[in-house]
This record gives sequence, structure tokens and C-alpha cells, in this order.
Amino acid sequence: MMLPKPRGAFSSEVFEALRSDPARLIASGLPEAESPDDRAITLWALYELHFRGFEDVPEDLEWHPAALQLRSDLESDLEARLRSRWVAGAPEGDFAEAFFAFVADHDGPSLARFVQTEATEEQVLDLLRMRSIYHLKEADPSAWAVPRLDTAPKAGLVELLYDEYGAGDPNRLHHHLFARGLEEIGLRSEYGAYVDDVPAEVLEQNNAMALFGLHRRLRGAAMGHLAAFEATSSMPSRRMVAGLERLGLDATMIGYYSEHVTADAAHEQVAVRAICGALLDREPALWDDVFFGAFTCMDLEDRVADHLLGRWQEPA
Amino acid sequence: MTAPEFDHADIEICPGGPLLLRGDHVVRDAEGRSHQTTGPLSAVCRCGKSAAAPWCDGTHKLLPADKRP
Repeated sequence: MMLPKPRGAFSSEVFEALRSDPARLIASGLPEAESPDDRAITLWALYELHFRGFEDVPEDLEWHPAALQLRSDLESDLEARLRSRWVAGAPEGDFAEAFFAFVADHDGPSLARFVQTEATEEQVLDLLRMRSIYHLKEADPSAWAVPRLDTAPKAGLVELLYDEYGAGDPNRLHHHLFARGLEEIGLRSEYGAYVDDVPAEVLEQNNAMALFGLHRRLRGAAMGHLAAFEATSSMPSRRMVAGLERLGLDATMIGYYSEHVTADAAHEQVAVRAICGALLDREPALWDDVFFGAFTCMDLEDRVADHLLGRWQEPA
Repeated sequence: MTAPEFDHADIEICPGGPLLLRGDHVVRDAEGRSHQTTGPLSAVCRCGKSAAAPWCDGTHKLLPADKRP
């Protein structure tokens, strides 16, 4: 993958520096970000250095001090904005019960419901392009938390990841299933292929997962995010299956979503009980962060849904 | 104790939710048909409302609390 298209003067300068002159990454010499898009694509690219990197960026820039400082500045801004949206606070009580109720009580717009009942084929393809940014590295940011957890939550997380990663069979690896679904439906399956097409809301959704995954101090938020992701997957996946079937789309992509109906019904139990529950038994001080991560997962999905539904429902 | 023996089960009843299975199992449904698990983690419906029976599809979450298993 090559660096994405810049979305303003800030990302333009940063990307040029990443290609040719990392000394220019010093924040004081860079222009201000022009927009949320300009800021989000820059942070996304800096995070990407820790995932698969770019063909036009030297590999050793992953740990270049100026790149890390710039990333840190952008992360502070992102984390502060995410925390400022979380005003309700964490519930109390039995963790699993409180967590499932917290997720159930969250009311947001549903892209899956729209796909089930009224989306056109073009709108579904649009959504799949958006989803491809994460689904082609599904579970990867959560994997960063493994060495940061104590015995019981670590065992739970690895158990879940083992299933996500195909239990040893590359053909069953979830992001590979999604890649095959994309190809069968006529979309590009290369990692990051559609990053230039996605709005800031999708970039931020991905950036939040990298933020939580890369920082040990945010391990509670990382696991809360994972648990909320799993706990909001089965029923929406079922709606996606119904919508894709309604439109007569390819069976491979339908298979990807139908796999998630039953797989995530098991994963949500593991994520809530064996990962987050076990984590909080050991580190009760992380209670609020687990809920912060869960809230952020659902809040960012709402923002993606608002953006897409707004765009699709604009009068022609 | 710093390295305790953990309480861990292969088959776990999730309060209000499914039966969580770890490992390979064959599950016989109410009509007598057998279903092989397909991955390391599976959830068997306990509420009787799943559209993917015998597997859980999360439908229990739509039921009132007193109707959940």
C-alpha cells in the first residue's frame, strides 16, 4: 500500500516528510490541520506504520522520535475528544449484567437495519468499502493487548483471537473471509484499497482502536471496545445477511456475515465474561475505562451511521 | 497465592444467555439432528428463540429479562 491522498496542508506536509525527510515531522514546523479529515488521515497513516506500513515510507520510521511525537500530539487530541463525548459515566453492579444492559440501552442509528430493508446495491457496496478499512485487519488492534494482560484475561483474549484468526486455518481467518467476499462482489480486496474514499468518521473509528491497542494504560478501554464490538455484532450481522440476500448479492459475502451471527454470539460471552470480567477481577480500577472503551465503540459507529445515512438519504 | 489454579470450564452456562462450548462437540437438536461445532468457540441457544438453532444468534437479548434463560 502507498500513502493515502493527503486531505489538507498538514497531511500533505507530513506525508511528504514521511516519504523523503523525517526531520520535517517536527510539529512546530508543520501547518495547522485544516479539518477533521486532515487530522484523521494523518493519524491513520502514522498508526499504519505500526500495522503493515507503506511501500513509499522507510520501515524504520515506525519508531522515529519525530513521528512518535507527532503521533502523540494527535493522540492526545483524539483521546480528549473521545472522553469529552462520554458524559453518562459507567454503571454499577454485576459486571456482565451491567455491561450487557449498557450495550442494550445504547440507542443509535442502525446501518444494518437500513441494509436489511431499503439500501440499494450501490449503497451496500459503499458500506462494504467503508468496512474494508477495519475488516481487512479485523482483530489486529486488540492483539496488541495480549502481553499487557494478566493470566486469566490473557487466556480469554487469546481464545477469542484464535477463533478470529481461523484457528490455524488461513482460509477461515476472518479478514481473509472478508477479502474473499469483497472480490466475489467485485470490489478490491487489497489492504487499505479504499482509504481515500472513507470519511473522517471511519478513519477515527479505526484510529480509536489503534489508540486503545497501542497504549498499555488504555488496556481497559481496548477490551471494553472489543466486548462492545462483539456484543453489537450478531443481530446486525443477521440484518446484513437479510439485506444482501434481498439484493441477490454474492454468497461469499453473505457467508462472512452469517459466520458472524453465530461466532459473535459466542465471542460476546467470552469478551464480556472471560476477558473483561477476568480483567476487572484482577484490576478493578479499570472499570471506568472498560465502559469508556465500550461507549466509544458504539458512539463512533453511530457517527459513521449518521454520516452514511445522511449521505444516502439526501434528496437527489 | 500468586500462581493460583483457575476455575475454568469447557461448558459454561451464561446467565440470561447461551451455553458456551469450548472445543469440538456434536450437539443434537430437539428434532434429533446432529450438528458439529465449526470452531473453537460455540454458543448453544438456551432461550429457544434462535433463528440459527441449535446455535445462539443473540435473540435472547430481545426478550424481557424474566423470559431469558
